[in-house]
Amino acid sequence: MDARTHISIQNLSVSYGRQRVLKDVSVDLPDRKVTAIIGPSGCGKTTLLRTLNRLLDGMDGVKIEGQVLVDGENIYDPKIEVTRIRQKMGLLSQKPQVLPMSIFDNIAYGPRIHGVREKAKLRQIVEQQLAAAGLWDEVKNRLHEPASRLSVGQQQRLCLARGLAVKPEIILGDEPTSALDPQSSRIVEQRLIELKADYTVIVVTHILRQARRIADYIAFLYLGELVEHGPAAEIFANPRDPRMKAYLTGEIS
Amino acid sequence: MVKRLLKDLLARRAMFLFTAVPGVLVFLMFFGLYDRSRSILALHSFPDLLFGSSWFPLKGQFGLYPFLMGTVWVTLAAMILAVPISLLSAIYLSEYAPRRIRETIKPVVDLLAGIPSVVFGVWGVLMIVPLVAKIAPAFGAYSTGYSVLAGAIVLAIMVFPTIIHVSLEVFASVPRALREASLSLGATKWETVKHVVLRKGLAGIIASVALGFSRAFGETMAVLMVVGNTPIIPKSPFDSAYPLPALLANNYGEMMSIPLYDGALMLAALVLLLIVLVFNIGARAVLIKAERKAE
Amino acid sequence: MGFRQRKAEEMVFKVLMIGSTVIVTGSLLLIIGTVVVKGFPAMNLAMITQTPKGGYYLGKEGGILNAIVGSLELAGGATLLALLFSLPIVLYINLYKRRKSRLAVFTRFALDVLWGIPSIVYGAFGFILMMRIGLRTSLLAGIIAVALLELPIMARAMDEVVRLVPHSLQDASASLGATKLETALHVVTRQCLPGIITAILIAFGRGIGDAASVLYTAGFSDRIPGALLQPAATLPLAIFFQLGTPYPEVQERAYASAAILTLIILVISLLSRWYGRKFQKNSIL
Repeated sequence: MDARTHISIQNLSVSYGRQRVLKDVSVDLPDRKVTAIIGPSGCGKTTLLRTLNRLLDGMDGVKIEGQVLVDGENIYDPKIEVTRIRQKMGLLSQKPQVLPMSIFDNIAYGPRIHGVREKAKLRQIVEQQLAAAGLWDEVKNRLHEPASRLSVGQQQRLCLARGLAVKPEIILGDEPTSALDPQSSRIVEQRLIELKADYTVIVVTHILRQARRIADYIAFLYLGELVEHGPAAEIFANPRDPRMKAYLTGEIS
Repeated sequence: MVKRLLKDLLARRAMFLFTAVPGVLVFLMFFGLYDRSRSILALHSFPDLLFGSSWFPLKGQFGLYPFLMGTVWVTLAAMILAVPISLLSAIYLSEYAPRRIRETIKPVVDLLAGIPSVVFGVWGVLMIVPLVAKIAPAFGAYSTGYSVLAGAIVLAIMVFPTIIHVSLEVFASVPRALREASLSLGATKWETVKHVVLRKGLAGIIASVALGFSRAFGETMAVLMVVGNTPIIPKSPFDSAYPLPALLANNYGEMMSIPLYDGALMLAALVLLLIVLVFNIGARAVLIKAERKAE
Repeated sequence: MGFRQRKAEEMVFKVLMIGSTVIVTGSLLLIIGTVVVKGFPAMNLAMITQTPKGGYYLGKEGGILNAIVGSLELAGGATLLALLFSLPIVLYINLYKRRKSRLAVFTRFALDVLWGIPSIVYGAFGFILMMRIGLRTSLLAGIIAVALLELPIMARAMDEVVRLVPHSLQDASASLGATKLETALHVVTRQCLPGIITAILIAFGRGIGDAASVLYTAGFSDRIPGALLQPAATLPLAIFFQLGTPYPEVQERAYASAAILTLIILVISLLSRWYGRKFQKNSIL
């Protein structure tokens, strides 16, 4: 693997109350690649993803130990400004979460918060992002309708465009296609592959075939432990750990 | 065996009848009050009674307008105090407070809801009425303390639990993932609350305020004890007022001895019921709709 | 907007929020504190052991035992009556009907609307009802008015518990050959007993504290009501009347009576909370 490390997770442990959901996870995630975090349900995939943009902060009973370095900077450093970290990472959740406002305002929400005020500039950002998401032609005549009127597939693409509008470096996907029909899933998957040209993409998925389709790099979690990680081609061709093998053959899922 | 099944069948029928009671009761209350106020409606038109300003039962004049305005004044003033405080507390409890604090304060709010209105009244007389009398001169007014403002303060505290309780449920129904969508765009918690949570819950929040309003509108004893009860339309918060429920509570004794008096009071109760019903039914309908949407 | 400004806005609102929460909690403490501080010095044994002697409301000897007992009898009777209606309603909409059926949704809606109706309107309606059936102001009339007032409170509180009973429990009972009625009475009611008791306590607390609904219906009497058709004094009204006299020593007694009423309410509240917690612990839900 020749890629530079973008995110370095070091000895990360997370517990909810007395239950440890992540146990001493250390892994380097490569820049501008698609990394898939896979594993059976309840293995801590989503928790790992959420620690990356500090969404577990301030939740009751959650304890986080270890470090996450993004570009060499520890995001759990108490001096760091959490909104800046989150701005760096766009999140795509399981079900599309459109904000309760118009299509236009969904995209403009982030830039506005970060200080873009000029209408022309906002319009330009919105058009650009919607075009990149392949949504522009579908919605250009109804930009001021509530975003909730879009189909679920369109909503998820809108959410992706919304995330990109704040100029992140990293895109986090938490099973981003699980609520979508097969065709919309394909479109979103395709977008994620395209995006790795400019972004580091990290996707949690429970669909092994999806991981095969999109991932360059794999991290396999089992019961909160990072069992195996490495370039996707190697892992799929030649899994070393018996648990990884069992997962690939479908014995555990 | 047959006996058991028969018993079950009978119970089913009987229980169905019981289940009809709440729905029927609402209508019964409406028609009962209407029936008793027909005596006065036969002599005066409804708008005349509602918007008439002279209240002289012995002369047969029953203008409810001063009382209606008294209620409106006290209720609106109470809402101006209660809405921001309740909503800010609800936001704090739902979005910011650590669980330990939230779990300590919620029972306190419930407890506040359980304090009898007479006790609120006693407290108002002991504490708020003198306070209002004291601060009135600072605003260039004279007040005995028994005033719209005193009623509003006491009422505001009484509706805190209603607004807080309902809006907490509304906030809880906003999915966490939606908040996270906003947070992960780099929004602060407050920006997320302002632009996403409040907007998503807007209908429910309005419903919570409407429920608070109708709770305040019908509150009787506590208000009655601190507003002064003079049947004049108040012109300032330091003036006394005579709300509709207080009229009902103060005059039950005489009502059978003066002709038409009972009709007038029952009409007042009917007006009270109608206004409260409108707000309640509207608010509940909004909440049910919001709940369905969330599912 | 610069980042510092954004943070500052959040801080300002956070201060306002915490301030508001302090006002809400503080007002409860202030009310209880004031009533207790003002009430306890005026309290004495005679107040809770004697009925008013002649001229009590002018400052002479006596107590408010009539009102304490009257309130307990009235709220007790009303709670019993409300229970008689609430339980079948709640069981019917949760067990006999699907929980989301139109009847169930409508009944909950009607109960919520009833909950919002002011108690003075219950009083007026109770008065009409009383005239219609030829009753005079009496304990019984008061019980009817307060029972109507308590019905939605009790039924909704019970509903919150009974609707949590899993279908599997009903199915398990049904598969043993039990009829719905047997399931309702032996399985569901027993399973929800602590929740039902909590609902009863909440309704009782509301009933004993309400004044406006009994004003028209229960009358007032210096004697302890011995029968359903006698007028009954109640604690809230006793407070109201004592406070309304021009004599400071009688007003002091109003404070003391308010402290007694508050104490009763607090005990009921704590009891229901305690039961509620016990329920959560023992529950299989």
